Amino acid sequence: MVRRIGIGVWSVIFVLLALVPVIEGNPTFTSIGVFTLIFMSSASAWNGFSGYSGYISLGNGVFYGTGAYALTVIALDAHMAPSGDIFWLVPLAGLIAAIIAVPFGFIALRVRRHTFVVITIAIFFVFQLLAYNFSFTGGSAGLLPPTPNWVGNTYNDPFYYVAFAVLVFTVLLFWGIRRSRFGLHLLAIRDDEDRARGLGVKVLRIKMLGFVLSAFVTGMGGAIFAFFIGQVYPQYAFDPVFGITVALMTFFGGIGTISGPLLGALLLEPIEQYLTIQYSVGSLYLIIYGALFLLVILFMPRGLVPTIGDWRRFVRVHLAQRREKVLPAKGDAVVGDDVAGDVPAVTTGMQ
Amino acid sequence: MTELLVVDGVSKAFGGVQALSGCSLTLSEGSIGGLIGPNGSGKTTLFNVITGYVRADSGQVSFKGKQVTGAKPDQIFGLGLGRTFQLTRIFSRLTVLENMLVATQQQESWLRSVARGSASAAEHERAMELLAFVGLTRLAESQAGILSYGQRKLLELAYVLISDPAVILLDEPAGGINPTLIEEIRSRIIELNKSGTTFLIVEHNMEFVMGLCDKVTVMDMGCAIVSGPPAEIRADARVLDAYLGSVEEADDDA
Repeated sequence: MVRRIGIGVWSVIFVLLALVPVIEGNPTFTSIGVFTLIFMSSASAWNGFSGYSGYISLGNGVFYGTGAYALTVIALDAHMAPSGDIFWLVPLAGLIAAIIAVPFGFIALRVRRHTFVVITIAIFFVFQLLAYNFSFTGGSAGLLPPTPNWVGNTYNDPFYYVAFAVLVFTVLLFWGIRRSRFGLHLLAIRDDEDRARGLGVKVLRIKMLGFVLSAFVTGMGGAIFAFFIGQVYPQYAFDPVFGITVALMTFFGGIGTISGPLLGALLLEPIEQYLTIQYSVGSLYLIIYGALFLLVILFMPRGLVPTIGDWRRFVRVHLAQRREKVLPAKGDAVVGDDVAGDVPAVTTGMQ
Repeated sequence: MTELLVVDGVSKAFGGVQALSGCSLTLSEGSIGGLIGPNGSGKTTLFNVITGYVRADSGQVSFKGKQVTGAKPDQIFGLGLGRTFQLTRIFSRLTVLENMLVATQQQESWLRSVARGSASAAEHERAMELLAFVGLTRLAESQAGILSYGQRKLLELAYVLISDPAVILLDEPAGGINPTLIEEIRSRIIELNKSGTTFLIVEHNMEFVMGLCDKVTVMDMGCAIVSGPPAEIRADARVLDAYLGSVEEADDDA
């Protein structure tokens, strides 16, 4: 039943998200919307690999940056007219990011835990350095992708809808994966990789595929980002904070759940954008993030979504106990059943 | 009876410690083999070499007449050789039923695993059958992390069984388990053996090993020192010296 309520709530949220440009056409608002949608899919993509498999990557900025540069370089080299046609490069940019993920994963996925985290950071900085020094990336001067001459008030809308389409694709993709055998194998790897190998799971290929799919989605997000802001620089396209942000959004919402990263990004990205616009200090949100995550780690270490589930159960058990006081004869069975039936559902359902 | 599993002169050193030195062993099809020996004699290392978790320095392992020396754990399992671990290893954040499904359908291509559900109706049914077989049906939807130690041992046995392995290596199936549950595990092993599954069991519980196994191999200092029917092993002077020793010591090990 919890699952059905969850799907209901998210259906409403998605319908509302789809209607945002119609309801509130204010460009500031839709601009925040574009970033929020990009981060919702990027956080879901991060969760779809790192959350499911337990391999915490802080280098997903590689794919975001690759996607951003891929769209820009191709659009410029092909002398594409500044029009909506450039959106067709978004999946292509995702594909290029996915291809980059193969050698990246081939190196990084051989090691585990802390070593994996450190290697993803190291590889990230290699890519940032390359973006600074290659000539086709424009070096530190960056590149300017073609900017469409759409009218001011609705300029953001096409970006918004493309980002929304990518988000819907992402949610369906990782929801499907969670229910597939591939998803089961990723979760098995998270719990005990060696045991999974001993049960015939081809762990390296499974991890690699998860990593590549995650890169594909993140690359598409980076491509939309580049086209939307109309410029790519190494320090913003390959931003070290990106990899941390998607991870923290997921931890905030609930790692390993479908709705956790969506909720995390939906709550945090607008705050970040608002603070940046309001106070024109690009890094103010980092302080807020730091404080927020301290609170999350202290009071709900598993993230919002699982904790809300716990509270619901707590309330139900509590109510059952009160009923027990009124009807002592039936009480034991009620409490016992509730505890036994509910504890296991905590992290396994999609909630 | 044909020899299903043949270990020939396997050696393995961890730094300066010679865990296995020229260890040889055979396991006949349809039998229940026992492997005993003092702690540190190399029993678990031998299991790890056979199942591909540890690469041997020298020597060979063949299974069903095929060389499997140096094969990876997933390949070994695919050939029909399953194992359990001394310290049980289950997927604690998956449900009991999901644990069962990890090992289903080894034959299919790994890429197809993306495009299919976690279990077909038949696999689901088979998983539930096996859970009933080990008495865990009631807990199918529970998170595996809440299982007791003994229940974990049963679950580990059950999820290895789902792929119908020809041979199962059990590492201390009776260790730390109450007598009733030991009896439960023993009867499951006998039942499976009757339907054709071959077993190799590492165990310190002498009563369990001697009552269950057709042939017992004794290891000491990384070598198989003697091998034979339980009655013979009990009386062997080398075994008494290396492992069984006096009556009191044997009790300690159990």
